[in-house]
Amino acid sequence: MSRASVRDRSRAFALVAPLVLFLALFFVWPLWTMVTASVVDDAVTKVLPRTAVAMADWDGSDLPPPAVHGALAEDLRTAQDQQALGEAVRRLNSAVSGFRTLLTRTVTAAREAPDPAALDFAAVDPRWNEPRFWRAIKEAVPPYTDRNLLAALDLRRDAGGSIVAEEPGAAANRIIMLRTFVIAGSVTLACAAIGLPYAMLAAAAGGVMRALLLLAVLVPLWTSLLVRTAAWFILLQQEGLINRTLGSLGIIDAPLPLIFNRLGVIIAMTHVLLPFMVLPIYSVLIAVPRNLMPAAASLGAGPIRAFWRVLLPLAMPGLMSGCLLVFMVAIGYYITPALVGGANDQMISSVIAFYALGTANWGMAGALGLILLAVTLLLYLVYGRLSRSPQLPGA
Amino acid sequence: MLRALQIVFGILVVAFLILPIIAILPLAFTSSVFLTYPIPAYSLRWFEELVSADVWRLSIVNSLIIGGGATVLSTVLGTLAALGLRASSLPFAGLLRTLFLLPMVVPAVVLGVGMQIFLVRLGLASTYPGVIIAHAVLCVPFVVVSVSAALQGIDPAVEKAAMSLGAPPVTVFRRVTLPLAVPGVVSGAVFAFATSLDEVVITLFVAGPNQRTLARQMFSSIRENISPTVAAAALLLIVGTLCLAALAALLRRREKRAVAVP
Repeated sequence: MSRASVRDRSRAFALVAPLVLFLALFFVWPLWTMVTASVVDDAVTKVLPRTAVAMADWDGSDLPPPAVHGALAEDLRTAQDQQALGEAVRRLNSAVSGFRTLLTRTVTAAREAPDPAALDFAAVDPRWNEPRFWRAIKEAVPPYTDRNLLAALDLRRDAGGSIVAEEPGAAANRIIMLRTFVIAGSVTLACAAIGLPYAMLAAAAGGVMRALLLLAVLVPLWTSLLVRTAAWFILLQQEGLINRTLGSLGIIDAPLPLIFNRLGVIIAMTHVLLPFMVLPIYSVLIAVPRNLMPAAASLGAGPIRAFWRVLLPLAMPGLMSGCLLVFMVAIGYYITPALVGGANDQMISSVIAFYALGTANWGMAGALGLILLAVTLLLYLVYGRLSRSPQLPGA
Repeated sequence: MLRALQIVFGILVVAFLILPIIAILPLAFTSSVFLTYPIPAYSLRWFEELVSADVWRLSIVNSLIIGGGATVLSTVLGTLAALGLRASSLPFAGLLRTLFLLPMVVPAVVLGVGMQIFLVRLGLASTYPGVIIAHAVLCVPFVVVSVSAALQGIDPAVEKAAMSLGAPPVTVFRRVTLPLAVPGVVSGAVFAFATSLDEVVITLFVAGPNQRTLARQMFSSIRENISPTVAAAALLLIVGTLCLAALAALLRRREKRAVAVP
């Protein structure tokens, strides 16, 4: 390699490096933090390191050997970090309720005991005679857990450690994921049903007409998402413009329920995402030679046949790109369902936001976030492959 | 028959796309406390509310501070990176380009959760630098795309000509490449600012009450107690973003002309 090209290369590196560092630090690392938050479960290990070691030899049946008692007493006696202790207690209490009072009492006893190694746990609190409390500690001791990831898929481990389905009453995440896919699918279908003919119309129109049709797609794209959602909120209200208009025209007697339900969410999301469908299809169709449809007609194909056999196959790459793009963006939607939807229209993003903002349960938020992230990246990968597909003839 | 159907369909879709945005505008001037038509009388009371009520005024100021900071940060980083990507000798250019575009793809809520945990650990949660950094991450793709497009439009012959006339590389960059790229940089900055202005989800996760932006304030206002102030704020945002979009389009056109006639 010549000296000039080495210099060229290092200059390019130096130019790219700041952004790479910035994104590594403030984009990749946060995402990684989220992923680890879903599998790291070290609140108990940090406070009870000796117990963790001592428990490794205990099989979890009946009561643990005296060595575990001594280790736990020593851990509790030396636990200095009150916040860490509180987190460990909270973690254990969420597994078996009653741990809060049990541990508080035991910590005091361990600190006051003349010889912690010989502390009689059953005398401090009779609950230490129940193996389930000891078992909860053993289960909480490993620093990594698949509990959140399993829970995100409505699965859990039973007492024997094998993976079982959550009881129907407690299982909500699969329903939410299914709902997310149904809503995103409906929006994609609606966008395709409107977007394909619209893009065909725009591609076939000439001059000013085409510019106007495209402008109508670009203006919403430039307008703030929040403004568009607010607009739909106002339009779809009980006393909103749509119900008022239909009412004064005598078409309806009572206001239609348009907001806080599935219909409202799909209408508003279709409006927001329609440009993402129209533009890829349009960019493919614009490259189709104009004499193709007349040629098909001259060979005897009716308009419908010509559409099915000629135009639709040519528009297919654009349609596929548009569908993938709309679906990919739609499954991550939060604002529109949150504002226009009802309780039964909330998608996976709302559940993630609930866990992170409402209950500070970052483990569950991370696990559900990881699933959403994986699905989105998979779709993006397919999208990237598709949009690099060979150019159309005549393009 | 088919032609008439086409026209009706076209009009219906255009109405679906445009009318909702237009319908919200007059409501900003209503004198009523309800967001309904017909409008009883016109007044500017909701714009007064927007500038006099503390929550709204602060949120506008916050949007400008955070948008400005995020724009500067993302424009500097994005422009440098786009210049670096242009070099044909850069290895993994495709991979890097994908990395730079990813913030646009990752669902906002997912990034929000990660940012929240991460910024809390750094002690940057609920601070201006934290929110500005989070917004800048989202703005970066728009800058990279816009500047890259501008750089791609530069005819290499122009730079070669300058070099053959004896200009050292630094001079070529400063006197030829950079002036030709400026419209792309400016329109990238415009997109970045518009993106930050409209951002709600990440803000929900990383901003405290003191960093509440206009979009965030609109979100909670719609959610909790909607008033025509939201319509006034929407009008402000629409006018703002349309002005910015027009500016970007104008620059794009100038950029094309500049490339055509170097």
